[in-house]
Amino acid sequence: MSETMTHDAHHDEHPTGIKRWLFTTNHKDIGTLYLWFSFTMFMLGGVMALVIRAELFQPGMQIVDPNFFNMMTTLHGLIMVFGAIMPAFVGLANWQVPMMIGAPDMALPRMNNWSFWILPFAATLLVAPMFIGGNFMSGQGPAFGWTFYEPLSGQYDKLAFFVFAVHLLGFSSIMGAINIIATILNMRAPGMTLMKMPLFVWTWLITAFLLIAVMPVLAGAVTMMLTDKYFGTSFFDAAGGGDPVLFQHIFWFFGHPEVYIMILPAFGIISEIIPTFARKKLFGYASMVYAIASIAFLSFIVWAHHMFTVGMPVAGELYFMYATVMIAVPTAVKVFNWATTMWRGSMTFETPMLWAVGTVFLFTIGGFTGLMLGVAPADFQYHDTYFVVAHFHYVLVSGALFGIIAGVMYWLPKWTGNMYSEGLGKLHFWLTMISMNLTFFPMHFTGLAGMPRRYADYPLQFADFNQISTIGAFIFGFSQLIMLYLIIKCIKGGEKATDRVWEGSHGLEWTLPSPAPYHSFETAPEIK
Amino acid sequence: MSFKHNNIMTKGLVLLSLWLGVAGQSLAEYKLNFQEPVNAVGREIYSLHMLVLWICVVIGIGVFSMMIYSIINHRKSKGAVSSDFHESAKIEVVWTTIPFIILIAVAIPATSTLIKIEDTSNADLTIKVTGLQWKWKYDYDNGVSYISSLNADHNKARQKGSGVDVTKIENYLLEVDNELVVPINKKIRFLVTSDDVIHSFWVPQFAMKKDAIPGYVNETWTTVEKVGTYRGQCAELCGKDHAFMPIIVRAVSEEDYKIWMAKQLASAEAAAAEASADKVWSKDDLMARGEEVYKGKGGCFGCHGANGEGVAVFPKLAGSAIAVGPAATHTDVVLHGVPGTAMAAYGSQLNDLELAAVITYERNSWGNNASVVQPADVKAAR
Repeated sequence: MSETMTHDAHHDEHPTGIKRWLFTTNHKDIGTLYLWFSFTMFMLGGVMALVIRAELFQPGMQIVDPNFFNMMTTLHGLIMVFGAIMPAFVGLANWQVPMMIGAPDMALPRMNNWSFWILPFAATLLVAPMFIGGNFMSGQGPAFGWTFYEPLSGQYDKLAFFVFAVHLLGFSSIMGAINIIATILNMRAPGMTLMKMPLFVWTWLITAFLLIAVMPVLAGAVTMMLTDKYFGTSFFDAAGGGDPVLFQHIFWFFGHPEVYIMILPAFGIISEIIPTFARKKLFGYASMVYAIASIAFLSFIVWAHHMFTVGMPVAGELYFMYATVMIAVPTAVKVFNWATTMWRGSMTFETPMLWAVGTVFLFTIGGFTGLMLGVAPADFQYHDTYFVVAHFHYVLVSGALFGIIAGVMYWLPKWTGNMYSEGLGKLHFWLTMISMNLTFFPMHFTGLAGMPRRYADYPLQFADFNQISTIGAFIFGFSQLIMLYLIIKCIKGGEKATDRVWEGSHGLEWTLPSPAPYHSFETAPEIK
Repeated sequence: MSFKHNNIMTKGLVLLSLWLGVAGQSLAEYKLNFQEPVNAVGREIYSLHMLVLWICVVIGIGVFSMMIYSIINHRKSKGAVSSDFHESAKIEVVWTTIPFIILIAVAIPATSTLIKIEDTSNADLTIKVTGLQWKWKYDYDNGVSYISSLNADHNKARQKGSGVDVTKIENYLLEVDNELVVPINKKIRFLVTSDDVIHSFWVPQFAMKKDAIPGYVNETWTTVEKVGTYRGQCAELCGKDHAFMPIIVRAVSEEDYKIWMAKQLASAEAAAAEASADKVWSKDDLMARGEEVYKGKGGCFGCHGANGEGVAVFPKLAGSAIAVGPAATHTDVVLHGVPGTAMAAYGSQLNDLELAAVITYERNSWGNNASVVQPADVKAAR
């Protein structure tokens, strides 16, 4: 008895100040840390994007030198992928998975703490080389593209920083994934069978398996780079009998599942939000689950569609083309299911719903260009042009990022206990929506007309569309400050949120009080 | 098939640009779609691209209009009451099958085009293309070989703070010193490789893109139907000056091609004779030629700076330990490169005279004061 009491007393002890955040094992605190970290990285990566866009505002070199420009494109990509999008999803999982499955916390709380606190160090290792050396403006950080193809990356004199940053990011992701799998498989409330789990939980379960499968492959790739550079091996060095194309195969065997790691949880969020605001059950729950699982499976067998121009045998090109376009089938099923969920619903358009519907529209455009890119003969023309840049920003900005913002707006009242300002939310949505299209839609045209990506300067015929993109990018960037203000305002106060928050809300998280208690479900709810 | 602009769309975009206050002189020049292909395969790729685009547009219109219809009509404020249908195996099967059938319809023409693209047999002419940081080297099958780099004026203009208004330069970034010359209506096979990092050889109007990879010799081919100048650019990130290594192909009639080739052969012979003679050159002659190589063909200034001051993360030569140290070490670095860095092996790009001249120039410029290197020294060091 006395032991139980000490145990309980220990749990009620909340350290304050910096210690609360350094030593926390609570899923909500860690979720908050992840989300703020992600927002910080989003701002940093965003500033880099604005440097890129400012330089490209007109032809000629005005602001930075080409090497600095390449460093900006490289770090912008790496920071957005590994610093902004992925940690934001882990943050959402931390906050929501225990609440959605009826658990008190994550299964492995200490590992949870560690997997977060690795991240700031990884980000520091990634960015620090920018400042090491005499001349900041010369571009002393990594400048070889976020895909860090060998042998170009092997020419980088501070490669070890990059390699260890990637290793740390990998540790963090793998630990996060293990924790999420352990939580979902072991801590669901009685009666919650797998096929009764909310879709957000399903998408994260599958994403976590993808992470565990591919992060070690990435670790292998960077380790080989490290030994090639410093220990005289020749994995990727043709002069020593190695193979530069091998690097690309390994990288994309990680890289393709990685793009689904960044989009599947967004699918899950959209699938939670649309039924809530359509006041109607999700259409085709089971087919949604099967579609996600098929997409995840297919993501492992299509990687070389990123490499159609490396000189594969024609049989290889045919296989990767067929397998790639197949992904359109389960993806189409998901879009049809969302549209049918909206059909004959009773819809209202609060901010989360706006983001969710916006995601469905724009992600679909990104899906279409993905299909076009999958058709190998046409890909020879699209490959490494701005058409590709347009494509992946439509899936990553208006897919992953919009999905994250939708989720934050949707659950923010549950987290803070306060309603956010609908007016600010809508202003932020419309500004972002318009400027996103202004930035990225013209890139389809510049790409088709022949502008290669990762170009610090360009021929005159691309000038007009580049100017439009730059104007869009600046509006986009500054609009995000509205979100920062909205969130801080909501944390500080506002109209009190009810427990259910939304009229059409469904699921266990809405049975908890708002704000949700520190330990979500101390007694497991029963699912009938 | 029309490559003309869609009028309404063009006007709309012009208005948009005007409204945004960014109207430039080149407004009339922008393109919304592929550059016009100049061969049969290119036209096939173009129509495949348009086929998939239109399929996407039609499906998009279908899905989006359904969503927009329900956004307008099925809203609570209009008194819509939600139905409770949420499952239908029949519908799921239908909308899984239809996309699948459409994909097969796309895959059939795509397969036949792809097989044509990859058939490099029965070529009339073979040209080896080597990507170098940051220029291209072309080798014809009769031994004619030269390096093609960005036009020197463009190169000056594109430097930050050059003070040149690049919008006044015709074909900005799309002019080179030595164009690749090919005859029209011949099947030309390209063997594409690289001496340093990966580049990608792309001329949009030929609808041909192939990566140049060290250790690999990739094959691709094209035919050109019309006499003209075709402009392409490197399409794989290859470091600092990735944007500044254009590919300019001049397609000429067969007679003109023969005349051009005869000239090349003659001048190549003369250059080889001059370089191989074991003549001892005066320091002034070597310095003059060395400056030419440093700022031109060799492209050394790109990393080491026009005044040996170094660029970005690349080392300076003024006062460097190598440039003022023993001649043998300096010669070795230039001849064989430095593995694991961007310093290439120039032994395969420059002849003995050019190497001796540029090494001498580096050793005796910008305050450096070291020994003179003769072509014979380079020959011995090879």
